[in-house]
This record gives sequence, C-alpha cells and structure tokens, in this order.
Amino acid sequence: MNIDKDLVAAMATPLVLAILADGSSYGYAILGRVRELSGGELEWSDGMLYPLLHRLERLGSIRAEWGLSAEGRRRKYYEITDAGRAQLAEQRRQWETANRTLGGLWGLEASGVGA
Amino acid sequence: MSADQEERIRQWRAAITRDPAVVGADADELESHLRDQIAELEGAGLRQDEAFIIAVRRLGEIDRITAEYAREHGDRLWKQLAIPAADRGDRRGSLARMIVFAAVAAVLIQVARLAAVATADGMPGAPTASWFPRDLGLFVLPVLIAYFAFRRAMSTRRCLALAGAVAGLAIAANVLPFVAGGSTELLVAIHLPVALWFVVGAAYLGGDIGPSDRRMDFIRFSGEWGIYVALIAMGGGVLLGLTVAVLAPIAPAAIEPVMTWVLPSGAAAAVIVAAWLVEAKKSIVENLAPVLTAVFTPLFAVMLTGSAIVYAIAGVGGDFDRELLTVFDVLLLVVLGLVVYGISARDARHGPVAMDVVRLVAVVAAIALDLLVLATMVDRVGELGFTANRFVALVLNLILLVNLAGTAWLTARLLAGRAMPVRIERWQTGYLAVFAVWVAVVLVVVPPVFGFE
Repeated sequence: MNIDKDLVAAMATPLVLAILADGSSYGYAILGRVRELSGGELEWSDGMLYPLLHRLERLGSIRAEWGLSAEGRRRKYYEITDAGRAQLAEQRRQWETANRTLGGLWGLEASGVGA
Repeated sequence: MSADQEERIRQWRAAITRDPAVVGADADELESHLRDQIAELEGAGLRQDEAFIIAVRRLGEIDRITAEYAREHGDRLWKQLAIPAADRGDRRGSLARMIVFAAVAAVLIQVARLAAVATADGMPGAPTASWFPRDLGLFVLPVLIAYFAFRRAMSTRRCLALAGAVAGLAIAANVLPFVAGGSTELLVAIHLPVALWFVVGAAYLGGDIGPSDRRMDFIRFSGEWGIYVALIAMGGGVLLGLTVAVLAPIAPAAIEPVMTWVLPSGAAAAVIVAAWLVEAKKSIVENLAPVLTAVFTPLFAVMLTGSAIVYAIAGVGGDFDRELLTVFDVLLLVVLGLVVYGISARDARHGPVAMDVVRLVAVVAAIALDLLVLATMVDRVGELGFTANRFVALVLNLILLVNLAGTAWLTARLLAGRAMPVRIERWQTGYLAVFAVWVAVVLVVVPPVFGFE
C-alpha cells in the first residue's frame, strides 16, 4: 500500500515528535523507527527528514546537539523540548479527532491512537 | 572502507553541497546518514558499490533534497527563491525587462516635472507646483510595483488590488485641501513614499503578505535595496560632479539642463535598477549587509550608552531644541534598522551569540535615552504647544519605543535560553502592520485633525 504524499507530509511532524518524546535520537535511527512502526508501509525519501528536523529546531520544538556515534563519527542528535511536547499533545488531539471522525463513518473502533 | 567507496561518497557530497541551501554541517549530517545506511546494507551482505547505490537512492534525488533544504533555509538563498525558478535561466530577458521599467520610471518623472513646471503657482522660490514634491513617490514607486507584479506574474485580481491601493494613496494625498507649505503637507510628503513602499512589499511578495518568513524576505530586500541605492547615488554623484566640473569652463549654460534632465531621471531609474540588482546579483551584498551590521551595532551600542549616561547626569537642558523628538525618532529608526537587519542575517537555528548581547545593550541604551527625552517632552508639552509635527513625532516615538521594548524583552529571554530567535523575527514582521496602520493614519487622519495647517 502506498500512502498518499500529502498524508505522509501531514503525519511527519507528529511522528517525529512522538519518536523523540521517547528519547533523543538521530536521523537514521528515527527513520528506522518509522519503518519499524509502519511495517515498512510508510516510506518517505530519507533526505526529506532533515529539512523537517531543522524546521522543528528553528521553531523550538526540538533541540539539536552534535555528538559521536559508536564508531566515532560525528552525528547530530535531536531532543524534544517542552514546547515540542506541548505541540505534540495538541497534534495528538487533532489526530484523535480525525481518527474518531473517519472511524465513525467507516464503523471502525477508534483504536490504535490511544495506545 | 575502500578508497573507491570513499571517492564515491566524496563525489556525492560534492554534488549535494553544490546548492547554496546545503551548508557544510547539513552535508555532515547527510553523509553520516549515508554511511549508517551503507554499513547496514553491507552488514546484510551487499557489495560495497551495491550498498552505496541503494543508500543514495533511499536518501532521494539530490535535486529534491536540495529543494527541500532551500524551502526550510530560505535565508541562505532567499533571493534565489524570490525569483521563480523558471526565471533563473533567462538573465538576459530579466535585464531587458528591468531596462524597460527603469526607462518608464525615468520618462514618467520628467513628464511629471514638466507638468509641475507648467502648473507652477508662482510661489517665490518654487519653480514647480506644490503637488510635485509631495507626489514624488507616486511617479516612481508605482513603476516598481508594476515591475514586481509583472515579475511575479500576479493574478489580475491581485494586480487590481495593488492598483487600487496606489490609487487610494494618490487620492488621499491630493484631494485634501492642504495649506501650502504647512507641516501637514510636509508630513504627507514624507509618509506617502513609506505607504507606497508597503504596497511595493505586497507586490514583491506576490501578494502573499501573511507568512512571517515571507515578510522577513521583504525586510531583507528593503535593506539591500537601500544599500544598492546608496551605492548608485554615490556613483551618480561622482558622475554628475565631474560633468559639472568639465562643462563649467566651456559651456556653463549646459549645466542646468543636464541637472534637470539627468538627475531626476537617473534617480527614478536607480529605484528600479537597485531592485533588480538585489535579486540578480545576490551574492555581492549578501555578504556585505551582515558585515555592516556587525560593524555598526557595537559602535552604536557604545554611542548610545555614552549618550544615555551624559543625558542622565547632565539632565535634558532647559533650552533644548523643540524638535529634538524628531532627531530621536531618526535615532530609534536607525537602531531598529540595525536590530532588524542583524536579526534577518542571523541563523535562526542558533542559540544566543555574543552579538545578541551587543544588540541588547544598544536597544536598552536607546530606550533609556529616549525615555529621558520623552519624559521632558511630555512634561513641557503644554508650554511647547501641540503641533501636527510634534504629535506625529511623539506617536512615532511611542510606537518605536514599544517595538524596541518588545525586542529587548525577547532578546533577554533569548539570552536566558527561554525563547527562540524566531520569536524576535515574528515580533518584527508582525509589527510591520502597526507601522502600516500608523502611516495610513498620518496620511488620512492627521491632516484634517490639525486643519491642514
């Protein structure tokens, strides 16, 4: 299944924030986590993640810091801020509403989101 | 990793950094990603070259990645973005278009001048009708507005809105019965070009005046436009000065016609040429503007702090200039310009830097200095009388003071690590609306209130 481009774009911010809410991480690992969570069905070009991370950093939702990988390579780690957590909570409310609305129409239980 | 693989990665990195939107640190981050991906694929048993190809494919086409970076980091190449991508190729077409519009501005100002001479009301010392200096901006800036409307290929509806705004301003400045030589007429003459400049902004942004980062683009454009105009004016001054020096001994009678024909047309054309230069020759001034702010912000910080101390110790003298407030308005405007320009040249992702401290010192000193003067002014307003000039100067002073106070507050929070730089940008871009409203008030409300005196 190929998920619509606009839908992926809309999901990207809450997805990244939610992953970072579990602990600080770096680009490659974030993408690995997305792939794992979506069972590989949610694909986006890896390169697109970084401009998004930079945007969230500029808006103060996340904070970045250069560190070193296990192999001693320079790597940029991202960490969610309080503002980012607030934004995530707000986005979550919106997604729950969207999910409930569509779920009601399609006779589904609004599941998964609250987990 | 083999030398071949390193070379492949090096070439890929070179390709990605060819676009100015991707800077070294971004390339580091992307390269780190690429290497992680390659290592994982090799771990899964792929050959080195296979792993490289798949890892690069996963990252996405280089053009699309750099385009995405360009969208986020508009400040790194904002002028390129401002020109629709299709335009980038046809430099020559854009040059021809600019020359046409510049010529229109040059001709229009002469037509207006001749009309003004023809309708001169014979006031002593005024060879032209009184509307000419007041309406000067109306003969130049609408050409610039049309230039941008054309360049941005704006829709008919938006073009009509721009035309409506210009027409409205032209009517406002010309139907009111000003007392000739009165101060309300002078105020209108000063504020009309500013109001028109806001319309230029709307055209520059192709009508998208809402988003804060687009407004910031216009602020950058304005600053760089100003620098280019100043450079052209200096060159033009040298040219005209030498012309006069050369003509004086042999044809002194030719000097005046040269001045009346070349000077106004040249100045009007310079308005368009400078706007074109900002977009076309981006990388020249791009490096100059941050340097200028970096040089002058500390100097102004020292000057303002020193002046504030002197004023605080000596007190604002009893016989100070009645129009001192106007001087301070200019001072605050310059400080605001330095601050806004400094912010616009700043990388919004970085936390506090030393220059933010200098900026804060300059702003706080300017506020302190201005408050000293303002307190004296308000104290003595009954004695001095409330003219249109003083009223406008006072309100502008308060508007600037509020802006700088907000800037100081946000800069202090930035330094304390409690606010993002983007907050200062938004404060400034949002404040443009306050300035626009105030300019409209000066044009439309102030003259009748003060009886057009």
